[in-house]
Amino acid sequence: MADTQTQSKIPVTVLTGYLGAGKTTLLNRILSEPHGKKFAVVVNEFGEIGIDNDLVVGADEEVFEMNNGCICCTVRGDLIRIIDGLLKRKDGFDGIIVETTGLADPAPVAQTFFVDETVGAKTTLDAVVTVADAKWLKDRLKDAPEAKNQIAFADVILLNKTDLVSEAELKDVELRIRAINPFARIHRTQRSDIAIDKVLGQGAFDLDRIQAIDPDFLEAGHKHFHDEDMRSVSFTSDAPLDPDKFFPWIQELTQREGPNILRSKGILAFKNDPERFVFQGVHMILDGDHQRPWKEGEPKVSRIVFIGRKLNVPELEKGFRACVA
Amino acid sequence: MAATSIPSSLTSKLRVHALGGAVVGAAYLGVTPVFALAEGALAFAGEEPLRVEAHKGVLLSLAVDARSIVTGGDDGRVVRTRGDGSTEVVFEQKGRWIDQVALGADAVAFSAGKTAHFLPAKGEMKMLAVPSTVGGLAFAFKGTRLAVAHYGGVTLWFPNAQAKPEVLEWKGSHRGVAFSPDMRFVVTTMQESALHGWRLADGGHMRMSGYPARVKSMAFTAGGKFLATSGSNEAILWPFASKEGPMGKQPSMLAPRDVRVSCVAAHPKDEVIAVGFEDGMVMMVRISDGAEILVRAPDASPITAMAWRADGGALCMGTEGGNAGVLVL
Repeated sequence: MADTQTQSKIPVTVLTGYLGAGKTTLLNRILSEPHGKKFAVVVNEFGEIGIDNDLVVGADEEVFEMNNGCICCTVRGDLIRIIDGLLKRKDGFDGIIVETTGLADPAPVAQTFFVDETVGAKTTLDAVVTVADAKWLKDRLKDAPEAKNQIAFADVILLNKTDLVSEAELKDVELRIRAINPFARIHRTQRSDIAIDKVLGQGAFDLDRIQAIDPDFLEAGHKHFHDEDMRSVSFTSDAPLDPDKFFPWIQELTQREGPNILRSKGILAFKNDPERFVFQGVHMILDGDHQRPWKEGEPKVSRIVFIGRKLNVPELEKGFRACVA
Repeated sequence: MAATSIPSSLTSKLRVHALGGAVVGAAYLGVTPVFALAEGALAFAGEEPLRVEAHKGVLLSLAVDARSIVTGGDDGRVVRTRGDGSTEVVFEQKGRWIDQVALGADAVAFSAGKTAHFLPAKGEMKMLAVPSTVGGLAFAFKGTRLAVAHYGGVTLWFPNAQAKPEVLEWKGSHRGVAFSPDMRFVVTTMQESALHGWRLADGGHMRMSGYPARVKSMAFTAGGKFLATSGSNEAILWPFASKEGPMGKQPSMLAPRDVRVSCVAAHPKDEVIAVGFEDGMVMMVRISDGAEILVRAPDASPITAMAWRADGGALCMGTEGGNAGVLVL
């Protein structure tokens, strides 16, 4: 399918994290370890990178609104220009890492890779990686909406500085993360020390790589913490769905509630359809396709997850249930 | 141009050059076609082929006048290259990218990030900071006024005057900018699949939308009667002959195909345009009746740059794949 095409595109990793969490340490690690790969790095806090590298480019973090009637559809204008320029380099590189400032919302960066045609044709968003401070995250989730955004948006979370907290505190903060974000992969680290293949090459936005949405993750967090402002919600249906009901519903919902829905993901079983349908979304931007035939004996369960703020759970559930064929 | 004397294909007359790197710009220095390569070099494709390494990095922008080519690169340099292949570093700022360049009468303009620079042949350099990264630069034809495109509109700057720069506002990210030859209009290409224009007389807005893709190439035709643009499966020409501009009028659509137009270039004298496509095809089209002549057969790599010789007697073109063609009529 689109596999070979996807592989030839340059993967882009978005690196976020609140001030002081250990983002720059991770970046320096990725750049200095002997993995034999070359990365172009777009940084905002110029000068913090300890490595002299002509593939490090400073950016201005210019967030632009698109005039397409979609109020949450913001992109990074400077990034479009920088990636255009980087793609012209003759020696090439294996990947691009975009570091955002500690106070940045990851959405405009992610959306840049879906909205701009030229950028989208040559690069592919690999994953949003968030570095979080194990000791202070709990507090930041209370007082810093930016930190909450970064956790909600992440595909991979480095729970860093674990040496500064007890095992009980670690479990507590992991559950708080799970209450917001049920599908990020969480890695415990010290001094941002992690194998590079746990951070890069994740294929988090690759529809072919959506495996399963683990319901245990969803429940684990909610049992303990309830963040009314930012949370995740998931629904399942054993009865097959009707595509003619589902698509109008999800489109209308993300158009209307797009500013509040940060991420969405789903694995769906449609009536009389031998193939799994998968989709994922960033605010109002949705991407979906048939993925593969349902396997013999695999339960044909539809499952959908939203991460967002001020989610109207009863209304979402009612809408989803109405999509049953 | 007498159509009767010209066959419908000129592909056999096209001289081809393999340049080995993506072409990002094309221009004529006198009678010599010159191609700007992404990797930083200028390839002169005249009788004596010549290669000038203008930048130690990616060549990001190019402007040309009768005597020289000025280029900006991600090496932070602005370089002037003359017809004999000699180069001169006009400006250098390490660690910055020179995103845009423009040439006016006795002045060079360029931008690095949010700052536009005006460097006259005699006198001091002047700088103007705009609200966001400069997306495009264009001199008005006398060379005293500079249009600086950015997010939220265009700033009209008179670098030698005390007056406060005038801002033409329109929401969105403006990337390319051009004055109409009669100086009545300023037009920008936008990040969205649209153009925006302003009537300078009264600040009236002109929205030109309906494109399936971002417009990356635009050119006013001889005398400024039309603005030809890329971005669709045919060349879109907006009528600019009247005082009101294109508002309330339908654009002309020339050379329709099932492949997108990637580049347009207007003949300097006649009402003829060259239309380059994403599959490498180039056609010459007469605006009055849409008559087409094939110049270059498709080869699957997009046309990224085209230029006419000043007398209109020759056309050159280059592709992303690194091939160039020169047609002498």
